[in-house]
Amino acid sequence: MPERLIELRDIAKSYGRVFAVGGVNFHVDRGEVVGLIGDNGAGKSTLIKMLAGAIQPTSGQILVRGKAEPNWNAARSRDAGIETVFQDRALCVQQTIVRNIFMGRELTTWLGLLDPARERREAERLMREIGFTSKVFSPDSIVGQLSGGERQGVALARAIYNKADLIVMDEPTTALSLTETEKVFRFVRTVRAGGRSVLFIGHNIHHVFDIAERFVVMDRGRVALQATKAEVGTAERLIAFMEKLAHPDGIASFDSSHVDAGAAA
Amino acid sequence: MSASLEPIARAADAPRSPDGALRRYLAANRAAVGTFAVFVVMIGIFMIASPRVFLNWPIYNSVLVTLPVALCLVVPLVFVVTVGEIDLSFPATMGFSAWIFALVVHAGYDPFLAILAALLTGMALGVGVGALVVIANLSSLIATLGMNFMLRGFIMIVTQGKSIALLELQDTTAGSLLSGEWGGVPVQIFWALGFVAFAALLFNRHRFGARVHAVGDNPDSAGQMGINVARVRIATYVFMGLGAALAGVFSTMVNYTWWPTTGDGYLLPAIASVFVGGTPTWGGTGTIVGGAIGALIVSFIQSGVVAAGLSGFYVQFFNGLIIILSLLGHRWNQKRYR
Repeated sequence: MPERLIELRDIAKSYGRVFAVGGVNFHVDRGEVVGLIGDNGAGKSTLIKMLAGAIQPTSGQILVRGKAEPNWNAARSRDAGIETVFQDRALCVQQTIVRNIFMGRELTTWLGLLDPARERREAERLMREIGFTSKVFSPDSIVGQLSGGERQGVALARAIYNKADLIVMDEPTTALSLTETEKVFRFVRTVRAGGRSVLFIGHNIHHVFDIAERFVVMDRGRVALQATKAEVGTAERLIAFMEKLAHPDGIASFDSSHVDAGAAA
Repeated sequence: MSASLEPIARAADAPRSPDGALRRYLAANRAAVGTFAVFVVMIGIFMIASPRVFLNWPIYNSVLVTLPVALCLVVPLVFVVTVGEIDLSFPATMGFSAWIFALVVHAGYDPFLAILAALLTGMALGVGVGALVVIANLSSLIATLGMNFMLRGFIMIVTQGKSIALLELQDTTAGSLLSGEWGGVPVQIFWALGFVAFAALLFNRHRFGARVHAVGDNPDSAGQMGINVARVRIATYVFMGLGAALAGVFSTMVNYTWWPTTGDGYLLPAIASVFVGGTPTWGGTGTIVGGAIGALIVSFIQSGVVAAGLSGFYVQFFNGLIIILSLLGHRWNQKRYR
């Protein structure tokens, strides 16, 4: 059995009396690509923000390689080998590509002095590795000058630099062109081939179905389904399940509400 | 005729911009270079308007006495503005730290010990101001304004407005190291330039500077990447406190007297220098060298206007004119990326 990389036990997050995530059990093993899907407001982003340490869970436990992590935060998460490509990409647009790639983990020589030559070299290598190369931009280009796809490239380059065990990608293909989406897919396959894990969050179920080998469906802050690709069978069956979640009683509920409204009038 | 599905061959790839070191340097220092151009033009005008004054040394000498104090304030203020905050409390911090310096010297201790005490006081006040802004989550504009009044008020209450003369400093090592002349040049300027160089290194070539930029640019992103945003913000206030304490010691050393109003006159000129220097108001980017040149410009306006034969009444007008023209220039010279 592959190593259990990360496990969330009964994780909950509430804002006041509103539950964003209510008691979720969830895990990612080494070397697997997990697809996390769910409607808007299902709690996907909240879940991965807790995984990234950007927000603190209200209750529950986070285990990394079987060990409980009581003081979980963004720095700990990265140290534990989890890199997150956030939906908004978490870039600083007035800074250079180099500064964004090494944000929070600058390459230094002594006394905390930066090592710009090494950072530039590594940035160039990373950009080449993920195929987001350009003749116009250099590692010293300001991120604000880049297109959406190129910015995504910077976020991906940052995620692979530290050879993270798990790369979490929150809606990485939203607002990307076809070729850019293909690049993201190729990126996921490369990471997977290197024996590392990917948690892929997406709206487009066909995208997620293509790329992932196990699926976690969230609905209103809870896990509604965990199934492997073999168990699910086809993307259409997954979509049908999602539709049933959104409209539990199908047409009937529409009819009854219609009747109720008519009776009240 | 069937349309070809082959992409049209590109005649030539987009021309690659030259990657020369000089070009890269200029691009990375646009604001500072622009500020320097403003300075050169201004000095040029002064030289033409009153060659007798501006082609001789004494005017520069007098600027070199006041400039170090301004530099010690402006340079750390660039850090605070770049991190996305503002500090209006540094004049009182400067007065307070210099007060501690004066008290320790007056009590008969070694002047160097007094300097150390002043620096620690400035940094401790920086922690306090930073905590108000970052931990208590108050607006930095209002909280630091309040701190400025409160600290100055405290000084006034305790000293009853009395100054402290430190003539005993005159013939000490500290006195000659911090307020003498080397080769006809006021010695303070060497210390101040050293401080500017240190700050520029910290700002551009050190992890701390990189994080100041990131936090000022996008605090959420910085936090998500594991940067301790609160600590970086407070650290900029601590650095501001250190600079204010240095400024306080230098200004006390100029004529060996501490005044309860020490620092008061520096609030607006120092802030103006930061923005004249090309650091924008929105955070995430800034320039230390630009700020230093900004301080030079602001210091020169006063002496320049008077030396050019205009009455002192013109000083404020020209101060304002230079500030507005500089900001217009930087607006044109710099693009804000979102």
